[in-house]
Amino acid sequence: MNDLMRENSGVPLLSMRGVKKYFDISPPFLNRVLERKPIQHLRAVDGLDLDIPRGTTFSLVGESGCGKSTVAKLVVGLYRATEGSISFEGVDVTGMPAGKPLALRQRMQMIFQDPYASLNPRWRVRDIIAEPLRSFGLRRSRSEELNEVGRLLDLVGLNAQDGEKYPHEFSGGQRQRISIARAIASNPDFLVCDEPTSALDVSVQAQILNLMKELQEELGLTYLFISHDLAVVNFMSEWIGVMYLGRIVEVGLARYVFAGPQHPYTQLLLETIPDITMQKRDREPVAGEVPNPINPPSGCTFHPRCPHADERCRSELPILAAGASGIMVACHAVHEGRLSVYSAG
Amino acid sequence: MMNNRNADTAPLLEVRDLSIAFDTRRGLLRAVDGMSFKLVPGEILGVVGESGAGKSLTGAAIIGLLEPPGHVSGGEIHFEGTRIDNFSREQMRQMRGKKIGAIFQDPLTSLNPLLTIERQLVETIQTHLNLDSGEARQRAIELLTEVGIPAPEKRIDHYPHQFSGGMRQRVVIALAICAQPKLIIADEPTTALDVSIQAQIIALLKKMCREHGTAVMLITHDMGVIAETCDRVAVMYSGRLAEIGPVHQVVKEPRHPYTRGLMGSIPAIGTGSERLTQIKGAMPRLKDIPPGCAFHPRCSEVMERCSSIKPIPVEINDSEVACLLYEKGT
Repeated sequence: MNDLMRENSGVPLLSMRGVKKYFDISPPFLNRVLERKPIQHLRAVDGLDLDIPRGTTFSLVGESGCGKSTVAKLVVGLYRATEGSISFEGVDVTGMPAGKPLALRQRMQMIFQDPYASLNPRWRVRDIIAEPLRSFGLRRSRSEELNEVGRLLDLVGLNAQDGEKYPHEFSGGQRQRISIARAIASNPDFLVCDEPTSALDVSVQAQILNLMKELQEELGLTYLFISHDLAVVNFMSEWIGVMYLGRIVEVGLARYVFAGPQHPYTQLLLETIPDITMQKRDREPVAGEVPNPINPPSGCTFHPRCPHADERCRSELPILAAGASGIMVACHAVHEGRLSVYSAG
Repeated sequence: MMNNRNADTAPLLEVRDLSIAFDTRRGLLRAVDGMSFKLVPGEILGVVGESGAGKSLTGAAIIGLLEPPGHVSGGEIHFEGTRIDNFSREQMRQMRGKKIGAIFQDPLTSLNPLLTIERQLVETIQTHLNLDSGEARQRAIELLTEVGIPAPEKRIDHYPHQFSGGMRQRVVIALAICAQPKLIIADEPTTALDVSIQAQIIALLKKMCREHGTAVMLITHDMGVIAETCDRVAVMYSGRLAEIGPVHQVVKEPRHPYTRGLMGSIPAIGTGSERLTQIKGAMPRLKDIPPGCAFHPRCSEVMERCSSIKPIPVEINDSEVACLLYEKGT
């Protein structure tokens, strides 16, 4: 999809081509027959192309309901794509049942948003962390397993003795460290992190983000990082993809996107984040809200909120194409040169 | 501008040495411990802190909505010169909505799902203002127009579930301002909303505040929202005031080591730093708040005295800081 990405690091670790995920939300059969209600689909992800180079962090940002988390679940195989293909190191994993093939699944793990819901409260921490070791058959003996769990706990900044405790004895930040230890237990290359810090307080968030960066360097991890917080994304990632209603509207190197966002939606997002460095700016908040994905607007789905929309935007869906600085943008106004260049400074 | 006003205007709200405690089987837990601050008319005061710092409890105590077993265990709350913390439930009910409005985090749970927006607005308006139902409906439509709800004549007959999150929060704001209160307690009003909607709601709150001269106590964990909205900010830690002052002073030159750590731990766009400053550990649980300064086990500038002496706020310029580093003679 993106030439710049390919040149950068050879074969991408993960790539998605034309991936779609529709959820059937039709009324029950009888209601459809009796009340003549139609079959309805919610297009959570609607034609997504994505390449994640090895050893980098690729972030997906967007507002609630734009399909970020659906992408995460598609990647790790918790959902099956309606259409399109997902390949990991060139191997197509699209149609595979969840958890198969083992050898590949072992290499991709996931960190979830809520550290209170993602750890089994009735298991000791050592069992939680050892679960991937057991299910992938990575450790033979009990003592070997305990040693490994101790090493992992140490790696994420906890004590080896903490393995004997239960999750409720830990704070939110410590629990998220346990989730990370579990995720890296099977020695993966690729971690999907779905809003890993949004349930945490800022000072704890800083600890977890720093830890994730250190682990990436130490273990050569690749992250798919999903967040709605642009400041966090800016801190974490090399690559950024901005999603709106199931599609990527802008993708490129994070430093270029943050310095010169091209899609009007990205500009809106960047302008609206409250910023502690620029005080009491009197800004003009963009009106409108994310439309319902069951019945998205025609043409460019952003056009009802876009200040630059014209006739073409209302009827024709823009495709991702190269803009400035190697950024790919899906916007008619950008491609026609109707938009004046925006500068973030 | 606000600072001068702060000095010579009679305060609208004055909280003196407020303490809130919970009776539990494990003994008395002090959730808020000696909070003092003032709010002048028309001012927006931000209250910031991590979860469990006691921000929301402070707000709830002011509007008399502390839930048992939580109760005010010490200190006083004065509103327009009258002590209100010892008001009866009925007296407090009269105050709420009329003098002090409230906006909560989740707009869906602050509206009754079974009643139309009209019923809820008209009920509130008629409770506080002497209007017949036709006039009240007219006033309700005006309010909805004011908070930016499109087609208010039609929307007023809808139910809360027919509104989106951002629109619901606008309705809640309309409810809060319907009797033109002097003070609004806004507890995390934008936390449940997306950033672009958050910006709209903040702009609306600021506009309401400017046009009606309403004072706002804005409780949030988001320093960015504070920096954009507030005149002054109070930083809370473990139920105590760490620092209070004009927002630019607290943001640009935080004095308390906790505020400094907090500011450093926020990722900011355009700085390109490789690591975030981190404060080690986490805030203590209520049952094991350390003696002396509650922050001392995590503090990077801890001194020996910090573990035994509880710091009291010291005035520096327009700010107050509760830290032994700034005690006179050190």
